[in-house]
Amino acid sequence: MSPILVLDAVSVKLPKGADRSHAMTEVTLSVAANEILCVVGESGSGKSMTANAIMRLLPGGVEIDGGRILFEGRDLAGVSEAQMRRVRGAGIAMIFQEPMTALNPLRSIGDQIGEMFEIHTELSKAEIGARVLALLEEVRIPDPVIAAKAYPHELSGGQRQRAMIAMALALDPKLLIADEPTTALDVTTQAQILELIRDLQKRKGTAVLFITHDFGVVAEIADRVAVMSQGRVVEQGSVSAVLENPQHAYTRQLIAAVPPLKAPPPRALSAEPILSMAHVSKTYRTGGFLGRGQRVTHAVKDVSLVLPRGGTLGIVGESGSGKSTLARCLVRLIDPDSGEIRLNGRDLACLSREEMRAETRHIQMVFQDPFASLNPRRKAGELVAQGLIVHGTPRAQALARAGELFALVGLDPSATDRYPHEFSGGQRQRIGLARALALEPDVLVADEPVSALDVSVQAQVLKLLAELRQRLGLSIVFITHDLRVAAQVCDLVAVMKNGEVVEAGPIGEVFGNPQHAYTRALLASIPGRDFGLKREAATA
Amino acid sequence: MALVKLYVRSPSAVIGLLLLLAVLAMAATAGWLYPKDPLALAGRPLVWPFSNPRFLLGTDNSGRDIAAQIFHGARISLLIGVVATVISIMIGITIGAFAGYYGGWVDTALMRVTEAFQTLPNFLLLLVLVAVFGSTITTVTVAIGIVSWPASARLTRAEFLSLRNREFVQAGRTLGLKDAKLIFGEILPNALPPVVVYASVVMAVAILLESALAFLKLSDPNVASWGNLIGAGRDVLRVQWYVSAIPGIAILVTVLAVSLVGQGLNDALNPRLKGR
Amino acid sequence: MRVLVLAGRRLAASIPTLVLILIGVFLLLQFAPGDTVDAMMAQMGGGDAATARELRRFYGLDLSVWAQLGNYLWRLVRFDLGFSAIYGKPVATVIAERLPATILLMTASLSLAFFFGLILGVVAARGVNRWPDTLISTLGLVFYAMPTFWFGLMAIVVFAIYLQWLPAGGFEDITIAHAGLSRVLDIAQHLVLPTLTLGLFYMAIYLRIMRGSMLEVLNLDFVRTARAKGMDETRVVVRHVLRNALLPMVTLIGLQAGTMLGGSVVVESVFSLPGLGRLAYESVVQRDLNTLLGIVFVSALLVIAVNFIVDLLYARLDPRITTGA
Repeated sequence: MSPILVLDAVSVKLPKGADRSHAMTEVTLSVAANEILCVVGESGSGKSMTANAIMRLLPGGVEIDGGRILFEGRDLAGVSEAQMRRVRGAGIAMIFQEPMTALNPLRSIGDQIGEMFEIHTELSKAEIGARVLALLEEVRIPDPVIAAKAYPHELSGGQRQRAMIAMALALDPKLLIADEPTTALDVTTQAQILELIRDLQKRKGTAVLFITHDFGVVAEIADRVAVMSQGRVVEQGSVSAVLENPQHAYTRQLIAAVPPLKAPPPRALSAEPILSMAHVSKTYRTGGFLGRGQRVTHAVKDVSLVLPRGGTLGIVGESGSGKSTLARCLVRLIDPDSGEIRLNGRDLACLSREEMRAETRHIQMVFQDPFASLNPRRKAGELVAQGLIVHGTPRAQALARAGELFALVGLDPSATDRYPHEFSGGQRQRIGLARALALEPDVLVADEPVSALDVSVQAQVLKLLAELRQRLGLSIVFITHDLRVAAQVCDLVAVMKNGEVVEAGPIGEVFGNPQHAYTRALLASIPGRDFGLKREAATA
Repeated sequence: MALVKLYVRSPSAVIGLLLLLAVLAMAATAGWLYPKDPLALAGRPLVWPFSNPRFLLGTDNSGRDIAAQIFHGARISLLIGVVATVISIMIGITIGAFAGYYGGWVDTALMRVTEAFQTLPNFLLLLVLVAVFGSTITTVTVAIGIVSWPASARLTRAEFLSLRNREFVQAGRTLGLKDAKLIFGEILPNALPPVVVYASVVMAVAILLESALAFLKLSDPNVASWGNLIGAGRDVLRVQWYVSAIPGIAILVTVLAVSLVGQGLNDALNPRLKGR
Repeated sequence: MRVLVLAGRRLAASIPTLVLILIGVFLLLQFAPGDTVDAMMAQMGGGDAATARELRRFYGLDLSVWAQLGNYLWRLVRFDLGFSAIYGKPVATVIAERLPATILLMTASLSLAFFFGLILGVVAARGVNRWPDTLISTLGLVFYAMPTFWFGLMAIVVFAIYLQWLPAGGFEDITIAHAGLSRVLDIAQHLVLPTLTLGLFYMAIYLRIMRGSMLEVLNLDFVRTARAKGMDETRVVVRHVLRNALLPMVTLIGLQAGTMLGGSVVVESVFSLPGLGRLAYESVVQRDLNTLLGIVFVSALLVIAVNFIVDLLYARLDPRITTGA
């Protein structure tokens, strides 16, 4: 089959002062009709730049400086801007990572989809309206008539992405470029969107260039795979060849870093609880006037869980499940409405602010975002020493201790007088860990501590966490949306949905033999599930 | 250091800085170049500029040296500009910080007050304050500071609202930091850059407000203010328009300098908007 | 409908603000040296203490401050702004006579500032860092840095004294009795310079905001989506960028309505326009505190009215307001 799109040694130059001279170096790829090519790589690999280069939508100062981009035999790198505009949307369409920001917030969905026809066809308003409804029907949006009139903020994330897909497929493009289209979505929604893309692609015979960082997604959807690193394609081939028999060292390392889905054999757990939650609830009331028209959200609803000393309790769920609210209740960043949170027998929920400040010694938190969780205006050492200073350690002594903690989490102790921005994402997360460990807490609450990290860095941080748990006898509450990660680190797991715990127990049992329908749906939605299980068999 | 480098990249910022330095130099040398009282009678009234080497910029309708008034006026304008700005930014930061950090009823109450100040035309309030407390340079400066804080309060509040739930602030709270430490040690340093940039706007407006007040003869008549001179020149506008024109240019240059420096600082602090 | 309910709620919320302003300014004026009676006595060329006492009783000025405040607010509820001793008329009448000039000036200046600010801001943002941008931005800065009253004076020198194209001041030509259309034209001619004077300053502000917000929006994701659809740049700007970029500018109008009204004090003084601003200035000079308080009240009402319109406009532009985001 002849390819629709061929990238022939394409290079893209970055402006002066960037961290490297080229975003892409001699990238050679091809996609044929009826085929999904996954371009996979970590952040900064140049995979998104590849998409932008094909569309010739590069940011200012970035330009193509070599190679050919052949679309149906024509070199797009050489055509005029006007000709390129005729290709965009009609010949090559694109969907993006964040459907909320990729849609204009001030115009209705139908209007924005209809625009495709206005730009490229001579159809009348009525015909366009009919086509839009047909498209929305095709992407299986629940009520197309209402959805067409709706504004982006009135739809859910999954529906917005469906609308984006409808827009992209409006003119039956030969090639669809999907730039991380499911990364911002929950796992069950992701599964549905992936299925939709594959289904539409099969029916229409579209060529798809699918950009992702997630090998699970690759296993789920790809026909062929190209692995990118540092702006180069290091390996490409059929999906089975690359996943099962990777040739390049980088590919092997990436695949090895993907946590297998099966939990390691259970550890012996202490019978003594260190932290126990009983009937914890938190309700939000928004809007309304004098009690009328109020919207009530049960963020956390009657949650009772127990963390044994030295154990790790995973709390998994999708966005809006209340897992983060629960984590914040534990450290009293949010005050629960009712219920008990007993740490070493003392009820944290009823402490005054002053008493809680003293109690923070025993329970500490690690945050998700390695960029937002460190004050950019404080030196790394100071950040780590801050807790000790607050709790009465003399400054010099606290700073010295910060150096030791740096060594503990695998950072260079001499780096304490650098500012956060001088560290990489993984290193920043280690600083966050050191800060939490400085007070030698009994319980560590980790809120999605590895979600913002690339898969190889994620593996390193998880390994560090496991080591520290062993060495310091930490008890951990581990919040995550990623079931693979949960399977690796947790002894116990609680599955949350709409503020409630629907199922809880030892991880092997819950994942191996899920009782609740939602848990089963969640597990079934994990992309590349078979790939995960197969790998487990291979490594075992 | 990097900031200086980013700053000097923009030619308009450099021009602004040079103009500001020129105005500062005028203020600094006023006492030395024109040691006599600038408001004292110096010679024949209404001497045209450049016609008499003794009065380079001519004299006004009461025979006072215009050049001397311009140089001494630079002192007054800068002094009022800086002091009023400091007062207004201080009030603004305090109110904005508390409103943004605590939220709830504290926020509601403080924002009501801010709204009241914004609903009342600021120049009108300035007139009322001057009518009540008199027109000395001190009251005028304080009054200008008092009428111009609401915008910086809103700005600070907005910054605090977005920063207070940032994870590093939550981290500080889980470490057991007290509210005061969180507000002043953690959030404020991060909220400050846009407020500092905004200070240049406040200063420009303060200088303009004082000159308008002086033009209406409601500012301190005993100091050499550019606005006073424009007001005086108004009576002879038909022929000797230069009496009003010259001090106006001085105000224009000063306000332009302050704005350019502010804009330069802004571009240096947010380099991503530049050059796209 | 939802729009009206929301804007109405905001309107209701501004009542406490209004009360706060009135109480604040009323108490502030208690510190003023001399009261209305002093001003009246001065007007009459002096009088004995007994007359003053009599007058104070008549005007309720012998009561405690709080009782006076209560009286004042109670009268306000009945739209009674009190009596101006200087003008010898009810304050409401004095203000009503002066209101049209100010409202005309404000509307004209605001329209000028908004319209040209919008256009120039878009042009500058489209040619960012090239000569149109440099020219427009420089011009904007100069207009911003110019004291309005000085610009007004210089405009009088050029257009009224040297070129003699336009009148130097006043609201209309009182030497000839114009009627109908010719009166409208006459007033319009008188308002050209004041409108330019007040409007150009705000145009400079709006153009800067518009340029900045255009540049901001041009970098948003949905603009990339629009380009990926194969849209040309003009259409991208008109259909996707403009409306989004307008939002901060509309907000600014509401926030600056008060400042603009304040600016009209100076402009009306320069051009001897019989407006509210000039009245405010006169009542400060003549210590006519009753009138001053009345002006404070009416200006606050005006600002609230502008904000109400801005709310309606904003809700029309942004569907997230009415459907709850």
